[in-house]
Amino acid sequence: MSTATRSLPRTIGAHAILLTYTAIALFPVIIVIMNSFKSRAGIFGAPLTPPTPETFDLIGYTTVIGQGDFIHYFQNSLVVTVASLFFVLLFGAMAAFALSEYRFRGNTLMGLYLALGIMIPIRLGTVAILQLMVASGLVNTLTALVLVYTAQGLPLAVFILSEFMKQVSDDLKNAGRIDGLSEYTIFFRLVLPLVRPSMATVAVFTMIPIWNDLWFPLILAPSEETKTVTLGAQLFLGQFVTNWNAILAALSLAIMPVLILYVIFSRQLIRGITSGAVK
Amino acid sequence: MGSLKIENVKKAFGPVEVLKGINLEVTDGEFVVFVGPSGCGKSTLLRVIAGLEDSTSGRVVIDGEDVSVTPPAKRGIAMVFQTYALYPHLTVKNNMGLGLKQASTPAAEIDRRIGIASSMLSLEPYLERRPAELSGGQRQRVAIGRAVVREPKLFLFDEPLSNLDAALRVNTRLEIAQLHRRLKATMIYVTHDQVEAMTLADKIVVLNAGRIEQIGGPMELYNSPANEFVAGFIGSPKMNFIDGARLGETAKTIGVRPEHLTVDTKSGAWKGTVVHAEHLGADTNLYLDCEKAGLITVRIFGVYNAEPGATLYATPEPGKTYRFGADGKVLK
Repeated sequence: MSTATRSLPRTIGAHAILLTYTAIALFPVIIVIMNSFKSRAGIFGAPLTPPTPETFDLIGYTTVIGQGDFIHYFQNSLVVTVASLFFVLLFGAMAAFALSEYRFRGNTLMGLYLALGIMIPIRLGTVAILQLMVASGLVNTLTALVLVYTAQGLPLAVFILSEFMKQVSDDLKNAGRIDGLSEYTIFFRLVLPLVRPSMATVAVFTMIPIWNDLWFPLILAPSEETKTVTLGAQLFLGQFVTNWNAILAALSLAIMPVLILYVIFSRQLIRGITSGAVK
Repeated sequence: MGSLKIENVKKAFGPVEVLKGINLEVTDGEFVVFVGPSGCGKSTLLRVIAGLEDSTSGRVVIDGEDVSVTPPAKRGIAMVFQTYALYPHLTVKNNMGLGLKQASTPAAEIDRRIGIASSMLSLEPYLERRPAELSGGQRQRVAIGRAVVREPKLFLFDEPLSNLDAALRVNTRLEIAQLHRRLKATMIYVTHDQVEAMTLADKIVVLNAGRIEQIGGPMELYNSPANEFVAGFIGSPKMNFIDGARLGETAKTIGVRPEHLTVDTKSGAWKGTVVHAEHLGADTNLYLDCEKAGLITVRIFGVYNAEPGATLYATPEPGKTYRFGADGKVLK
């Protein structure tokens, strides 16, 4: 049925493209989760079929939970991600507020300087960072990771948030000033709630690379105490023998927390992406 | 309790001079309206008075006290904004009480003042609602209430009616006028709408390009504008300006208000053709293309039937024309 705004072939076309993309995006994730429930023979025999009663096996999960301190690794990952996220959002929002709200000499230059990190990957500075951490005795601590990830996430956060902060009504902030609110109260009570959708956007963009990162945990905090999930999963990856069951199970488990955080933020996220267009 | 004195206030944003030396005195209980085209500096001047913007030089004195470096909350002022600027997370009651709470006023006193203000503005049924649950007119009344409860020396209004629709604008204008009569407080009101300025003000300050063009009562500005700018800005439709040389006058420009012109089909001073006619019921605006005077507007009270293309003669009422010199000032 065709109407003025919709035609059947177009609708089918659009859905076909979207469904194809969804299938491509989900394919590896589904393969990983499916195979994590199979026995070793099942994984190698027919990697693309779902687990059958013959191939179904929880050996991967029992290995992961039994061997290695996986709960602890999870804890480490979660602590690092949540702490970094907190600092990125707090400092990013504060810097963005200052850049968008106050007129001072070098304002634009300062904004560009703070956004520079978007273009220069932090990994280029790995050697210097390692030397710094060794000198300050922070090697093999979660603090080292939190510091590095905070630095890594700030440029994008400042860049995105300052754009959104500019949209917050000046009148509202001025009303607060006339009512005698301090600049901190204006920032935390009036401005932050209004930019919450954009904060969620920044949170998602910041969170996922931190959770998935292998590089810095491997270099700065490889000790048993401070291992993160991605690093812990390497335990099953040998030079000669790889425990695929365990790796797949570990990866499936590692998806969960980040998925939960994403669901929390995503409702806000959609509003953040569309807020400029429809409001 | 609420006089204001502004002494030679200048404000520049970088190289751009927005206020070029403003001197003004407002006595207690006066309703003063700043009016001018957009970009004339009227809002900036209000912000300087409020302390939201620092002046580059000059003094702001409220009640005999120099407040040039006093933060806004300590100046004894209250401000109503164009966009209402209500706190979205607070109820109407808390919106009104926040300023007093910050100044650590006793809770009983806050409640008493909110009670008075909300009954004055008929906001009682909405006290527990949040701003999102109110209509535009109600929001602006809350914003006014928030100013009233502070019992300020000085009320500042920054284009408070601009976001309201036409009918509400008239109602709210009336409410503000009544509020002023009841509170007898000093009010400063910024607008670009000359109708608001004429209807509300005791004293109008006409600003243009960072300077005060003229200060005076509404009728004073209407009847004896000091210069071409004020003459053109006050009055609607706008005053007709005719090149003096074309009329054989010594003055650079001759001004005559559309309502001070009469038309006749047979004879008159300026012969012209009707270009367009606007019928408003109570009055009719005719646009005439005259041989001598160029395109002029004539305002006729009541209904007047004139088809485009018809020939009419316009005549200015005696004694109601203005003569302006080359510098734009009125020639006496």
